[in-house]
Amino acid sequence: MSERAARGEVVLSVEGVSLSFGGVKALQEVSFDVRSKEVRAIIGPNGAGKSSMLNVLNGVYHPQKGKIRFKQKEFADMDSHEAAALGIARTFQNIALFKGMTVLDNIMTGRNLKMRCNIFQQALWVGAAKREELEHRRAAEEIIDFLEIQHIRRTPVGRLPYGLQKRVELGRALAAEPELLLLDEPMAGMNLEEKQDMCRFILDVNDHFGTTLVLIEHDMGVVMDISDRVVVLDYGRKIADGVPEQIKGDQKVIDAYLGVAH
Amino acid sequence: MALDIGKLDTFPKLLLHHAHARPSRPAIREKDLGIWQTRTWLEFAEEVRALAFGLAGAELRRGEHFALVSDNRPRLYAMMYAVQCLGGIPVPLYQDAVAAEMAFPIQNAEIRFAFAEDQEQVDKLLEIMPQCPTLKRIVYDDPRGLRHYRQSELASYDDLLAKGAEALKRDPAFLEAEIAKGRGSDTAAMLFTSGTTATPKGVALTHHALIDRAKVAAELEKLGDSDVVLAYLPPAWVGQFIFSLAQPLVTGYCICCPEAPETVMTDMREIGPTYYFAPPRVLEALLTQVSIRMEDASSIKRWLYRRFMAVAGRAGGAILDGRPVSMLDRFLYFFGDLLIYGPLRNVLGMGRVRVAYTAGEAIGPDLFKFYRSIGINLKQLYGSTETSVFVCIQPDGQVKADTAGPPVPGVELKFTPERELLIRSPGLFKEYYKNPQATSEAKDAEGWFHTGDAGYFDPDGHLKIIDRVKDVGKLSDGTLFAPKYLENKLKFFPYIKEAVCFGHDRATVCAFINMDPDAVSNWAEKRNMPYSGYTDLASRDEVYDLVRGCIEQVNSDLASEPEIAHSQITRFLILHKELDADDGELTRTRKVRRRFIGERFDTLVAAMYAGKDAVHVEAQVKYEDGRSGTFSADLKIRDAKTFAPAAAKKAA
Repeated sequence: MSERAARGEVVLSVEGVSLSFGGVKALQEVSFDVRSKEVRAIIGPNGAGKSSMLNVLNGVYHPQKGKIRFKQKEFADMDSHEAAALGIARTFQNIALFKGMTVLDNIMTGRNLKMRCNIFQQALWVGAAKREELEHRRAAEEIIDFLEIQHIRRTPVGRLPYGLQKRVELGRALAAEPELLLLDEPMAGMNLEEKQDMCRFILDVNDHFGTTLVLIEHDMGVVMDISDRVVVLDYGRKIADGVPEQIKGDQKVIDAYLGVAH
Repeated sequence: MALDIGKLDTFPKLLLHHAHARPSRPAIREKDLGIWQTRTWLEFAEEVRALAFGLAGAELRRGEHFALVSDNRPRLYAMMYAVQCLGGIPVPLYQDAVAAEMAFPIQNAEIRFAFAEDQEQVDKLLEIMPQCPTLKRIVYDDPRGLRHYRQSELASYDDLLAKGAEALKRDPAFLEAEIAKGRGSDTAAMLFTSGTTATPKGVALTHHALIDRAKVAAELEKLGDSDVVLAYLPPAWVGQFIFSLAQPLVTGYCICCPEAPETVMTDMREIGPTYYFAPPRVLEALLTQVSIRMEDASSIKRWLYRRFMAVAGRAGGAILDGRPVSMLDRFLYFFGDLLIYGPLRNVLGMGRVRVAYTAGEAIGPDLFKFYRSIGINLKQLYGSTETSVFVCIQPDGQVKADTAGPPVPGVELKFTPERELLIRSPGLFKEYYKNPQATSEAKDAEGWFHTGDAGYFDPDGHLKIIDRVKDVGKLSDGTLFAPKYLENKLKFFPYIKEAVCFGHDRATVCAFINMDPDAVSNWAEKRNMPYSGYTDLASRDEVYDLVRGCIEQVNSDLASEPEIAHSQITRFLILHKELDADDGELTRTRKVRRRFIGERFDTLVAAMYAGKDAVHVEAQVKYEDGRSGTFSADLKIRDAKTFAPAAAKKAA
């Protein structure tokens, strides 16, 4: 119904990145770019190197070759603290939340980098620390409202069903107010309704906060519906790159997914 | 408590009155971003005024209808009042209705303006635009997701409010004049009745009718501006409309809007309403939650709960009614209140409830008594959209599980020879919109409203509704036979899921019983009773005895009700299969289709009346995947004991 906003200039580019673990070549000479405010998907069969690519982008893995350029700065490799400080947030394929903490507290941890007061100020909860907490709480509440999870605000995350945990994880990533958000299989293991909800949230995040999104996803229907451009990896190599219509018709992609006789 | 509203005869006049009389009292609260935000009467009235100027600028005309699709939100209510300020007629629609269902009201009332809560509702309205050429303007509240919508019909609430505030500065007197033009006899709102049988009908209710009924009920219950209500049912339903618009205006009480539909329980605990309404299904769901949590509690807590609930069952209702109770029970109840009932009321969010109503469908006596026994003043009422709700209310001290209470002041009731209830009341509706034929069928020349409900007065003068008139029959000796009334009584037992009673034009009443598989299998497990499946379990003598116990209890209840004492159930059988909507035996809303079942199982009915002990069935069954198969079984038929009518014996 709505027309998609125009996409801006390149914010992130990956140039000739190669990553290997011993003899296993996870990524070979992969290059692509991400434009500001776009939804960029990385797809590929199992073991194609999708998660490795995401891990390189936020500094969990360090590539042996290649360059990453984010917001005019060039890095041979990224450090994960540095990535977070630069405005890159992510969610994980296997949910990585604090299971015993409430939804609200988990989302508050996402504000960690924005907290300025030291531990003593926070313990006494006076002056700046109080003002700061109120401000962070407001930001967290806005995310809770945005993701429609008011009813579980005080529920420990471990008690929640999987689909909701995924949503909470998205909430925590959003709490960091990232410019670039990396989503590792946000819809894996969800039923149809949960997938539709998640799609709507992803598009809303992109639209409402103007966040640039890079997502890995298996569900082709979802990918083709919500992404602006798609990169296809197979055995660590990029085999296609373009808008969803191009990708759908690309013979190499079809071969990679359906398999061909060698 | 005398209500200080004088002769003010419309909603907007009352709103301004409260802004003047109690400017800093809370009028409406909403939980937003985790915090309860309060608007006082003055602030709320200011918002309404500005909004009304905005609507005047958009050229809303006097007498024009205005559709609203939203959950309970302060802005929804502000919009309704603003529409009324200009003499417009708000038409709240059910927010969970699908788009197609919204088309009829909009076409019917040639609606030009609509208010939508969010993107979801905007999408629905945009979808039906082609069928509704009159719809020209959609005002939305929450802008989320709407940034890229380019339709010229869309306007935001904030814009309207800002424009209105500008206009208000230029010509503040304009609105006072508009409000003064309103008359009590004007239509205040139009509510569409759910059209399960036919197309929906728009029920036009006047300011006078709504204010009069709201006031009478508020006086009866001594409601005042310190009362608090949680608005959690659909605003398009007449009950919520009364509780969150008409009654706050006569009393000045505060309504609270929950954060989201899922947070109602938590929000209710935080707010602690003093005045509460819940249909029986909500009360039942709450009790189930309590029971489940009790099952998980430690053994000491379970023991305490059981002991003190027994005390409550014995004494709680009587204490609430002010009837005599032994000193020992009073003492025990006091302790129970400290240990169990008080905390339980708190968990339910009913710690401060002074008056609670239930209505809409029959409520099980055990469920009803549970709430009363723990000290919650739950009462029943009778009413409908056409009567501005309040027709009968149980006064404090005269509460019974199976009546709707005596008529409230101003209401006249009488019965036709067919036992149809007729009502004459100042709260009656003006008309069905654009449907003079239906209006004249429902409201006769002398002003009696034909409800379609059948019932009678019990010995204390309380109204008792038993069934719809069209379903009520007669036994061959002329006794009244109300199948749904019997079936409901049976269904209140946990072991009985559905029941179908036969008896029209016959000498006695016979019943088909559908056992509740969960409850009965649980019961069987506890007795170490092996069984292979539903049909096997349903044919066990033990289960027949269990069901017969339930039926005989119903019969003994019936014996004490002279009007229907002769319609006791003499014979019954337990059906071999569950009644199913897929087989056409139930409607989609799970009501039994008695006639269809009677025809489909005619051999079973015949066997029961022929006095046989068993009957062979062969039935076609449809499986969920669309295939069908046949099925055969021998069903037992058993007799149930009946009781001599005891006209003198009154229900305790």
